[in-house]
Amino acid sequence: MGLFFFLPLVLVFIISFLTRGTYGGFEWTWSLANYGTLLDPLYLWIYGRSFVLATATTAVCLVLGYPLAYYISRAPSRWQPIWLVLVMIPFWTNFLVRTYAWIFILRTEGLMNTLLSELGLISEPIEILYTNIAVLIGLVYGYLPFMVLPLYAAIERLDPLLVDAAADLYAPGWSRFWRVILPLTKPGVIAGCLLVFIPSVGAFITPDLLGGAKTMMVGNLIQHEYLVVRDWPFGSAVSFVLMAIVLLGAMTYFKVDKRGLQRL
Amino acid sequence: MRKRKLGLLSASLGNLLFLYLPIGVLVFFSFNDSKLSAVWQGFSLRWYRALLSDESLLTAVQNSLVVGVVSTCIATILGVSAAVCMERLSLTRQRIIEGAMVFPLVIPEIMMGVALMLLFVMVKWPLGLMTITIGHAAMNLPLVMVILRARLRKLDPQLEEAARDLGATAWQAFRRVTLPLLMPAVVGAVLMAFTVSLDDFIVAFFTTGPGSTTLPLKVYSMVKSGVSPEINSLSAILVLVSMGLIGVSLMIQRRPVTQTPTERFPHTGGT
Repeated sequence: MGLFFFLPLVLVFIISFLTRGTYGGFEWTWSLANYGTLLDPLYLWIYGRSFVLATATTAVCLVLGYPLAYYISRAPSRWQPIWLVLVMIPFWTNFLVRTYAWIFILRTEGLMNTLLSELGLISEPIEILYTNIAVLIGLVYGYLPFMVLPLYAAIERLDPLLVDAAADLYAPGWSRFWRVILPLTKPGVIAGCLLVFIPSVGAFITPDLLGGAKTMMVGNLIQHEYLVVRDWPFGSAVSFVLMAIVLLGAMTYFKVDKRGLQRL
Repeated sequence: MRKRKLGLLSASLGNLLFLYLPIGVLVFFSFNDSKLSAVWQGFSLRWYRALLSDESLLTAVQNSLVVGVVSTCIATILGVSAAVCMERLSLTRQRIIEGAMVFPLVIPEIMMGVALMLLFVMVKWPLGLMTITIGHAAMNLPLVMVILRARLRKLDPQLEEAARDLGATAWQAFRRVTLPLLMPAVVGAVLMAFTVSLDDFIVAFFTTGPGSTTLPLKVYSMVKSGVSPEINSLSAILVLVSMGLIGVSLMIQRRPVTQTPTERFPHTGGT
């Protein structure tokens, strides 16, 4: 594992400080130029977009996933595993297939536009595919189960008597949620947010298939630099910065919730 | 109270609809007789027949299966032995390794892909099925270890000690006591690793060479070249296969986690 996991990562780190060779590859000339190039607004935009899209994905997943997780954890215990398996099945379906499904639905001659124009609701097709919205839909669709499962685990442990107590003390519904339920399930919320944010920020397939040239994310930039431009040192710098961001996030999580390690 | 419950239920059903509708639509339209795939024109199996006669697709399936089986074997053997050997280490060392194990599980897959590609290119290992297999084994190793460690933590170490007290050699104690108790976790890990390998696109994408296409790589190139009913039917098959795999792994994991040795001995005694 050390050989095939940590060694390659160290390699990425080292190469990120080298210079690109004339025919791709790299030359042993040390420099910080690759990290300097990253400060170019063009690349900062790509990082910014990834960050915004990943944050939006996380937020949407949280809003969609919380009621579902809450419902499952309060369902009769006989039904809970069934609900959980239902949430898991799409997650185990090939990611490419799930992304393709949205191309099929969203494209100009796709299912949604065909249906809407048959019904006479639109006269011109809605252009959603290859925009940020399409990427957002794809990411939410792909990572929603990552949000639901940790939320479920946290809400399940919440003692319903505490909520009842708040109700007895005349706390209205919203304040019961904000002041009792949400604070007590915070570890689950944080775990879910990180589990959605990390893969979203480094996503490659979704922006590649559902996004267009204008919706490039860090994952696409890495692929582009390595396989198209063949500028490995710069590609390495891009990926190393991404990894640093992700690891920072993960470390905050493990600080907040020490038992998170065991539950993985 | 009742109104809130109804709200929750409809939100949950809405979620499920969101999760299942796209897949359902794909499966439904895979039986469509039309080339213009978004309009229903009658039932047909022609796209499934077209798939079966696609040579390159069948090769890709075969490649995926070979890569899956070999990489799962490597990851399982290394992972199980590593997880068991860790028991012998001091607690602090176990903690450190466990921390390191989580690392590969949290970094983006694309990092794993490019890092492995760089390694293979640096040591001048020609990219192909071999490198994909090694890549998948590397990706699955921490996964296998995490599953095994979780089970090991629940095992009573006294069972192995008892076997040693009764005169078993270290190997006999492992083979006849520890391994049978670990079996459900091993089977779970094998299924997990195999599924991950069959599903993986990103690592394969970066570590593949000319001519070595696995199924996800093939699906990707089909999707890239445009929407076609054939992809719908291929997707439908993949959905069914993954559902089947989950079904099997659930059935295995449904077995009680803590079995008393007396329940186990009748099976192991005879071997």
